[in-house]
Amino acid sequence: MAETITLGKALNHGLRRSLENDAKVIIMGEDVGKLGGVFRITDGLQKDFGEDRVIDTPLAESGIIGTAIGLAIRGYRPVCEIQFDGFVFPAFNQIVAQVAKMFYRSLGNVRLPIVIRIPYGGGIGAVEHHSESPEALFAHIPGLKVVTCANPADAYTMIRQSIASDDPIVFFEPKRRYWEKGEVDLEADLAQAYPLHAARVTRAGTDVTVLAYGPMVRTALEAAAAAADDGRSLEVIDLRTLSPLDMPTVYESVRKTGRAVVVHEAPGNLGLGAELAARISEECFYSLEAPVLRVTGFDVPYPAARVEEEYLPDLDRVLDAVDRSFGW
Amino acid sequence: MANGESEVGSDPAGGFVQLLTPDGERVDSVTTADGVTYSVDFTDDEYRGLYRDLVTVRRLDAEATALQRQGELGIWASLLGQEAAQVGSGRALRKQDMAFPTYREHGVLYTRGIDPIMPFGLFRGVDQGGWDPNEFKFNTYTIVIGSQTLHATGYAMGITMDGKVGNADGEAVIAYFGDGATSQGDVNEAFVWSGVFHAPIVFFCQNNQYAISEPLERQTRIPLYRRSLGYGFPGVRIDGNDVLASYAVTRAALDQARNGQGPTLIEAYTYRMGAHTSSDDPTRYRIASEVESWKAKDPIARMKAFLTKQQVADDTFFTEVDETAKALALDLRERVLAMPDPQPVTLFDNVYPHGSPEVDAQRATFERYQASFEGSAH
Repeated sequence: MAETITLGKALNHGLRRSLENDAKVIIMGEDVGKLGGVFRITDGLQKDFGEDRVIDTPLAESGIIGTAIGLAIRGYRPVCEIQFDGFVFPAFNQIVAQVAKMFYRSLGNVRLPIVIRIPYGGGIGAVEHHSESPEALFAHIPGLKVVTCANPADAYTMIRQSIASDDPIVFFEPKRRYWEKGEVDLEADLAQAYPLHAARVTRAGTDVTVLAYGPMVRTALEAAAAAADDGRSLEVIDLRTLSPLDMPTVYESVRKTGRAVVVHEAPGNLGLGAELAARISEECFYSLEAPVLRVTGFDVPYPAARVEEEYLPDLDRVLDAVDRSFGW
Repeated sequence: MANGESEVGSDPAGGFVQLLTPDGERVDSVTTADGVTYSVDFTDDEYRGLYRDLVTVRRLDAEATALQRQGELGIWASLLGQEAAQVGSGRALRKQDMAFPTYREHGVLYTRGIDPIMPFGLFRGVDQGGWDPNEFKFNTYTIVIGSQTLHATGYAMGITMDGKVGNADGEAVIAYFGDGATSQGDVNEAFVWSGVFHAPIVFFCQNNQYAISEPLERQTRIPLYRRSLGYGFPGVRIDGNDVLASYAVTRAALDQARNGQGPTLIEAYTYRMGAHTSSDDPTRYRIASEVESWKAKDPIARMKAFLTKQQVADDTFFTEVDETAKALALDLRERVLAMPDPQPVTLFDNVYPHGSPEVDAQRATFERYQASFEGSAH
């Protein structure tokens, strides 16, 4: 039963299915109950599953994650919503010092099947702290897995896979794509689904590999369409999993094209692009026709809304990087 | 309390629940300002058992301190002086109750019937202190100050969600932390959440007067037990060096929690007789006379005086307890010394429940690198 729905609605369906399938799944966060979340991702869930399973929490992010840990030790599978990217930092200690390390510390005795959902990225004209891309901070932490979806079909599948996983997962949601529509098969069997920790070649090409994830996948696809008009064939890879990275898929593509451009909204310094560039140069050195180039946010705090379009990578900046790659 | 005047200090103005004086006199019962009456009704055997616990945990602790001084442990966090707070509260737990300790709750661990060697992997550096909390009803030691109070709160919320509160067979949680931790945001958030969700939890604060070097005055201007009122649940201060008060008040609070009456904060007023850890030098921040004044309030001496006065125990018993504790300590020493160092490659174990291809690849590289030295001079 394929339906055309928004990415946000796909997440809502995915959460609903998870709540239906496993009585231990609970949702907790600020305004996730009656309001259905500030982005309505949990819309209607408290009404159908009750206040014990969709919990409006006190306004304390460390408390959300800290109590989720205790609930997980008790056998629950908490899905925590952090309302905005820039509000995750009060919980950073619990995520890094506890969630990421409990399995290791306990010699494998304590599993924390916690999903931490974070709407991230800019482009919505918001005030400070509402447009950040902190994914590299979490991808850097051993013990956490980090994924991000870019389209409604993946949103529906990946949130369910993340909830079903016993690994602690930080699930980044591209908030400016919440309203974009796509076809989703709501009856699809999770066991047959595309693996959670695998990148996907979203558009095949031959001349340059463009690596993107989350909100930038659409930008990369738009750039690929424009480049095609100029006779250049861009291969676009949606990374989907940021930790662990699916490098074999990346290597295969780069060995074929000989060129790579990484695109992300987060600042470039020590971002995912730096890691990807390093790994590609380690593994694909003799295949490369040009250095790996990065198209990223600048190394400044996320700027005021009136200038955010200048900060965010867009189609032109991606094509500019493609040009530079060919000019090498 | 005069306006703006600090009420903290070496003597707890406003008193505390005490059922055994430093001289070993039994107080039949204590009724607090809240109208709650606390007492204990132990058999002679139970009194002797508590004394044995106190002596044993102190003896094991002394052995650990010696092992650290001999270079066999990387560090040790001694419980010296806090035996009564830990043994009393630990023995107050029922079998189904869950404890969330800091890194100093060796006495509580012992009362849970857990092999005292369990935390030595952490302090010897052969592991990070791993065990199964659900097997022992005793969570792993938590080093980041205050973090475990939120874990305990979440676990307690889970008890409620499981429908395991509301009667005498219900479950309850105890969260241990110190005076320094009360300044942490996490502890205050745990208070908020526990109050709001009416969680079956007891917050057991061992106020040992110091957070490493910082005295209580640096953490609070009011007695810690009174903090709870701001969060909507009762607080009780006890003589933390009185094992009977520790037992009585903790047992009552846990039973309230399991019966669905919500959280309680207990402030166990005690003193850290030793250093914060073996790496600390308390002579830099506190004077000897203060330590001496607390020696007169020793938790074991008062219990021994009580047992002697009551003719519940004699020298034969005391000698036997000492000898048995010593034997346990020597056995512990032997086993600690026999702990094998982990194989280096095990550092790649247990990073993720479902594993990671990246960690697997690094393990394989590491193994090849290690193997490259085989047969060479290295």
